[in-house]
This record gives sequence, structure tokens and C-alpha cells, in this order.
Amino acid sequence: MATVAENIQPATLSNEEVLRYSRHLIMPEVGMEGQLKLKAAKVLCIGAGGLGSPLALYLAAAGVGTLGIVDFDVVDFTNLQRQIIHSTDDVGRKKLESAEESIKGINPLVDVRKFETKLTSDNALALFRDFDVVVDGTDNFPTRYLVNDACVLAGKPNVYGSIFRFEGQASVLATKDGPCYRCWYPEPPPPGLVPSCAEGGVLGILPGLVGVIQATEAIKLILGKGEPLIGRVLLVDALGMKFRELRLRKNPDCPVCGKHPTITQLIDYQEFCGIRGEEAPATTKVPEIQAEELKQRLDAGDDIFILDVREPHEYQICNLNGYLIPLGDLPKRVNELDSSRDIVAHCRSGVRSAKAVDFLRQAGFRKVKNLVGGVLAWSDRIDPKMPKY
Amino acid sequence: MRILIPTPLRPYAAKQDAVEVPAKTVGEALSGLTSQYSDLRRHLYTDDGKLRAFVNVYLNDEDIRYLQKENTPVRDGDTLSIVPSIAGGGCRCLGGCCCCPR
Repeated sequence: MATVAENIQPATLSNEEVLRYSRHLIMPEVGMEGQLKLKAAKVLCIGAGGLGSPLALYLAAAGVGTLGIVDFDVVDFTNLQRQIIHSTDDVGRKKLESAEESIKGINPLVDVRKFETKLTSDNALALFRDFDVVVDGTDNFPTRYLVNDACVLAGKPNVYGSIFRFEGQASVLATKDGPCYRCWYPEPPPPGLVPSCAEGGVLGILPGLVGVIQATEAIKLILGKGEPLIGRVLLVDALGMKFRELRLRKNPDCPVCGKHPTITQLIDYQEFCGIRGEEAPATTKVPEIQAEELKQRLDAGDDIFILDVREPHEYQICNLNGYLIPLGDLPKRVNELDSSRDIVAHCRSGVRSAKAVDFLRQAGFRKVKNLVGGVLAWSDRIDPKMPKY
Repeated sequence: MRILIPTPLRPYAAKQDAVEVPAKTVGEALSGLTSQYSDLRRHLYTDDGKLRAFVNVYLNDEDIRYLQKENTPVRDGDTLSIVPSIAGGGCRCLGGCCCCPR
């Protein structure tokens, strides 16, 4: 079995540590030998968000000696539903600071190494070099491929986890003889086919389930015990509460870990994933209206038809009393709209409604505008009582 | 046979998590599925009719790329799983990830 265990040099445990880890020490699968391996181990967590929160807490509690965390984000209120390493009081603080405090609260013996940076092709290999295991808790395709390639090139196992709504995936990738992420998915989806914003959201406990699976795999790699998720993918369906396993094979023609690799150094992953700067696809330029102008015109009694292109469950959170047609239904419901009237389309932030305006203009609507910033802008600048989500 | 539809693709399959189709091969099963739900086609196939590289199809627990791809024979009790890549995890909430609405 490919394991990091033999590379880790054990130290000794103090009496305080013996007491703290006694429930590990009395089980033969860990024991003194395993606990010393955990103490000597260095694990790098990419991201201190949904997946990073539970896994960093459990790795710290288990006695992993050195925990590196790469993150450059700040805690906000929408994080608290799932990112349990951060508390309400931490909103506005750097995630690194908040995560370190929580880790130290659980186990002050852990050496926390903070890297306040975006993981890039320029820094990944140098960062990974000092660690034994990399745990990927990132949230976008460019970084997924970057972590994978850097793990293959640096020879570090990549403990992988990913989540979407009620579903998760976990595996152990880029071990010496095992498959890597590119063996599994040679190419990322083009940005246009990534699930749209209307289907967003994640069940708060799901990153807990998947992150703890990642933590379990990291600890097994360090201990050199059990059957790691190498060559297997675990699929988690929280709604059906079903766990399924798929076989994952090493691709001999893999461009990064195959027999004749064509990728021998890190590349531009934004470009590889088809993203060129303008990540938010506000690419279609459409006629716009600012929240202040809309408010003025409504107050003046102008005849304006407000078209809300969000989903019905979003309408329930807050609305501008508009007519609801979700963006996905617009093509088949366009006949419900009167092209002779002034129409202002809006969504949460203005991205979906820009697409709606673009679609309507192509359908011959000339008097249709996009509310810039959507209900978020309305809440910020017109009606602070309107909740933001 | 049964085809399991993953969460990201359910909006294109009338929100169902599984669809039954009669088929003798993986290819027949997938074309049966996409003829019932035509919106799924562009998510599964490229314009020139090839299965997309980021959509993996498994017959039971095996990747069809390591069987006979779309010519792989199937039996009634088999399950076909469509497993697209998903990237979510940390969530930086810049609206650019898959768990944040825009």
C-alpha cells in the first residue's frame, strides 16, 4: 500500500500527551507508534471553509503535529451555516486567524502554519514540499486541477473531497501507484455547463460528512492502516443517505501521472478551465437601470413591469413584488410578457437577470432593462429592511 | 435498466433521481435517456456526438471507458450512473462557485 507512514520520523509523547491521546493509545491500530506518527505528521489543508472546517478540527483533535492552512478569505455570515471552525464573533475576521484560534482551543499542542495566500502555480510546489499529505477543500475547478497536478509533481497524496447540494465525492488521489484527478476527469466542464446559480446551495451538514471522511483518510495514510480510498471514489447522497463506491483506475495515458506525461510543470489553470479574467459571466452587455432610478420611477407612478427571474424558494425570502418567471422557464413562458411595456428584470445580484434581458432582447423586446446588483443592491441602497441572502 | 441522475443534472431530467430505460447497450440507454429529456443531451454529449470528457459513466461500479465504452452490453438489473465532476467545497462566496447563487 502506498503510504506516507514510513517517511515520518517519530518523536516522543509527554505525560500530558499520553493522557490526551489515551483513547488512541489503548487501541492497537493507533497505539504509541501511531500516535507518534500523527505527532510527526504535517498535513496541509487547502481552504478553511466547508470541508476545511471539520477536517482541520478533527485532525487537530487527533494529534496531527503540524497543520498548514492555505486561505485568504474573511468569515461572513453565510459561512456559519456549515463552516464550524468559525463562530458568530468571527464574522469579519480572517478565516486563518479564526481557524487557528479554534484549533488551538481544541489542541494547543498543534503547530498551526498559516498561509494567507491564494494557491497558485507559482507557490503550490514550494508550499506542498514541506508537508506529508495535502487535503483539498477548495471550491473551484482551476484550483482542483492545480492541487492535483502539484500533488502528482511533488509526490504528495491528495485527499480529495467535493460537495454539491446533497451530494459529495471523496477519494485519495495522486498516491505513488494510484490514479489522480485527471485520470478520473481529464477535462473540466466549460464554464457555461457548470450548474447554474439557480441550482446553488449546499446542505450545511454535507461538508461535515465529507470533510470528516477526508480527515479519516488523511489519518489512515499517516498511520499506514486500513484500506485507503485509493482507486475508489465514495459517493455520498445525504438525501437518500446512500453511500456508493465506484472504481477509479489509473489512466496509463494520463497527461500528468501516466507513463509519458506531457504536463511536467504547473500550467495556467484559469486558462485550462476556460476562465479568462471575467469569471462572473456578466459578459453580455445589456441595458441597465440602477436601484435608485427604479425607486424614483416607481415612486413617480411610472408603469414598470418588474420581472423576477429567480426561483420560487428565493422569492419567498424577499421580493420586489415582481412577476416571477425563473430564468430556466423564460423561453417557454415568454408569451406571458407584454413587449410594449417597460420591463425591469432582476435576480439576486444581477447575473441571471442580465441573461434574461439578453434573451428577451433577442426575442424582440426593446423596452427591457436589467436591475444592476439585483435585490442585494436594493437592500443595500433602497430598503435596508429587505433581507440579504 | 436504471440510470441514476446526479443532482446537477436533475433539472434537465424533470427533477428525477433515476430513470428506467429499455436498452441492450450503454449507448442505447443513454440515447433512450436523452430522447426522453432532450435538454440533457448537450450536458452529456459534445456537438459532434461524443460523450463529454467531464461526464463519467459507470456501469454498476465500473467506468465504461474501461469496458467497451458505449458498446458495453447491459442487462436488466444493471445500474448506470452518470457522475459529473463537481468542484464545491470551501465556498469563498464570491458568487463564482457552485453553492452560491448569483
